[in-house]
Amino acid sequence: MDPVPTDAPLAVSARGVGKRYVTGDTTVVALRGADLEVHSGEMVMLVGPSGCGKTSFISIIAGLLSRDDGALEVLGQDPAKLSHEARTRWRLRNIGFVFQQFNLIPTLSIAENVAIPLILQGVDRVTACARAAEALREVGLGGREGSGPNLLSGGQQQRVAIARALVNEPRVLVCDEPTSALDGHTGLRVMELVAKMGRRPGRTAIIVSHDERIYHLADRIVHMDDGRVDRVEKPPPRVHHAAT
Amino acid sequence: MPIFALKMLFGDSARFYGMLLGLAFSTLLISQQSAIFVGLMTRTFGFVTDTQQPDLWIADPVQRFLDDNKPLRSTSVQRIRSITGIEWAVPLYKGLLSVALPDGKRQMSQIIGVDDASLIGGPARMLEGSLTDLRKPDAIIVDIRASQREFRMTKPPGGGPPRDLRVGDTMELNDRRAEVVGICKATQTFQSQPVIYTTYNRAMGFAPRERRMVTMVLAGLSPGADVHRVKDTIREKTGLWAYTGDEFARKTVGYWMSETGIPINFGTAIVLGFFVGVAVAGQMFYNFVLDNLKYFGAMKAMGASRWTLLGMVCLQAATVAFLGFGIGIGSTCAFGLSLPEGRLAFRMVWQIPLIAAGAVTLICTASAALGMWRVLRLDPADVFKGA
Repeated sequence: MDPVPTDAPLAVSARGVGKRYVTGDTTVVALRGADLEVHSGEMVMLVGPSGCGKTSFISIIAGLLSRDDGALEVLGQDPAKLSHEARTRWRLRNIGFVFQQFNLIPTLSIAENVAIPLILQGVDRVTACARAAEALREVGLGGREGSGPNLLSGGQQQRVAIARALVNEPRVLVCDEPTSALDGHTGLRVMELVAKMGRRPGRTAIIVSHDERIYHLADRIVHMDDGRVDRVEKPPPRVHHAAT
Repeated sequence: MPIFALKMLFGDSARFYGMLLGLAFSTLLISQQSAIFVGLMTRTFGFVTDTQQPDLWIADPVQRFLDDNKPLRSTSVQRIRSITGIEWAVPLYKGLLSVALPDGKRQMSQIIGVDDASLIGGPARMLEGSLTDLRKPDAIIVDIRASQREFRMTKPPGGGPPRDLRVGDTMELNDRRAEVVGICKATQTFQSQPVIYTTYNRAMGFAPRERRMVTMVLAGLSPGADVHRVKDTIREKTGLWAYTGDEFARKTVGYWMSETGIPINFGTAIVLGFFVGVAVAGQMFYNFVLDNLKYFGAMKAMGASRWTLLGMVCLQAATVAFLGFGIGIGSTCAFGLSLPEGRLAFRMVWQIPLIAAGAVTLICTASAALGMWRVLRLDPADVFKGA
């Protein structure tokens, strides 16, 4: 198993996690006993070829999917042991999501989009929007709280998504291909922001990515193949690319 | 989240206005066609509505509706009067006669001959003159609508510009002189013929002589008499059928409902209105939910409970339903109010908005239920995967 880079407590502990998808007579094995330990304050990247089980693994860790085999603890809790409603509340309190396609609601302002997790937690709308404005300032979008998402560039939209993921101070941040819809330069800037905000004391970030240009931002690179963790490496030194 | 749910709805303005238009048009069609249908059906028993004095309307058993005249023997009145529980009984004549106006115009009109002594069966609302003026020689009372339309004279006697028929004018009923002594306001009849009131005996003079001239007998009950028992006694002793005003009105409506294509015609329009709502608004709302599914999925992933999401969809559906229904029913009322009185049979009763609201609720509930089903089945992991 991978070397533990820090003495911080374990945020994620996965042992032999398996996942199968059954469609009619066809069974697809997505995970075949994946192991992973991630410490609090650490930022890891899950990398590997398409179909190797990265997204399934991160979805199980985030409590979106249930596993078929193995053991899992996230922040000391096995999400599979929670009821549907309890798991939903657990996600709301502990997990921040950055989606591939941003998923910002176009008819709401960006501040309102960012405020959603707070409002879901029961914070009143005015306070939630004020905290959302603060989160937007942190990601460099101060003063644009009233703008609609469609008026922003792709990079700016992903910044809004990052602010939304972190506004309620989750302890685990999960990102699935956060730069796939962005050009190389913008993707790097966004990932630098994720690295800055995701790597804070008590917070763990797990990022699925194909983008080798951002690997240097992680503490560890977890290579997956055929539903398993193949190897764990230290990140490569930063490679300088011309901006595209 | 309610405010965000509404912003999602209002923000998609093209679809929002499309849904409103669909529901408003559906409500308009359903309520307007229903109101016209009710108006038409009300006209079929308009004479019963106007004639409130009798407790019982006695007619031939084979008479199917108000205007289906099956004359009775003149002795029927005396036979009815002899029945225990009957306080009074009077004859009524009701028939079509040709009217010749001073300017040469001829018009088929409905003549109502009321009891000479009591004038029971006469018009309820007099606009000019008095009901008792019917006791004057050759007297007739004409409905205001007829005086302004069918009986309006293009060449009045004595010259002058065209004018409405008025008190003092004369006309000929079946070649016999009649003088207008009053103008009344009668409920418009289904066939829309002009209505002329006169006394029963004078009507006998106007109408061609037949063996049976009494169209119906109107009767009043003695205080404390049991209406069912009296009706049974009339049936046993005279072979005639007696109805209360409500029963006679229902029998008349029943005839038009079962023996004519009117309910099918209006029913088709109403059903079409419903399907317009389903096809336009229902489908649009479902598509609206489908288009927002990824956002609902993202919220579900972030930790929104099922109830929060279902509440959002419900609120969106209820808002569209309420606004669409409001615009639709408002348009129907505006349509009804803008019509000149009597031009179109239009009668808004409280049940019509209720039916239209039920139809709109059904459309929105069905489309919201389909949308909610998709939201419930939505796997947030799919959204996370970008599916």
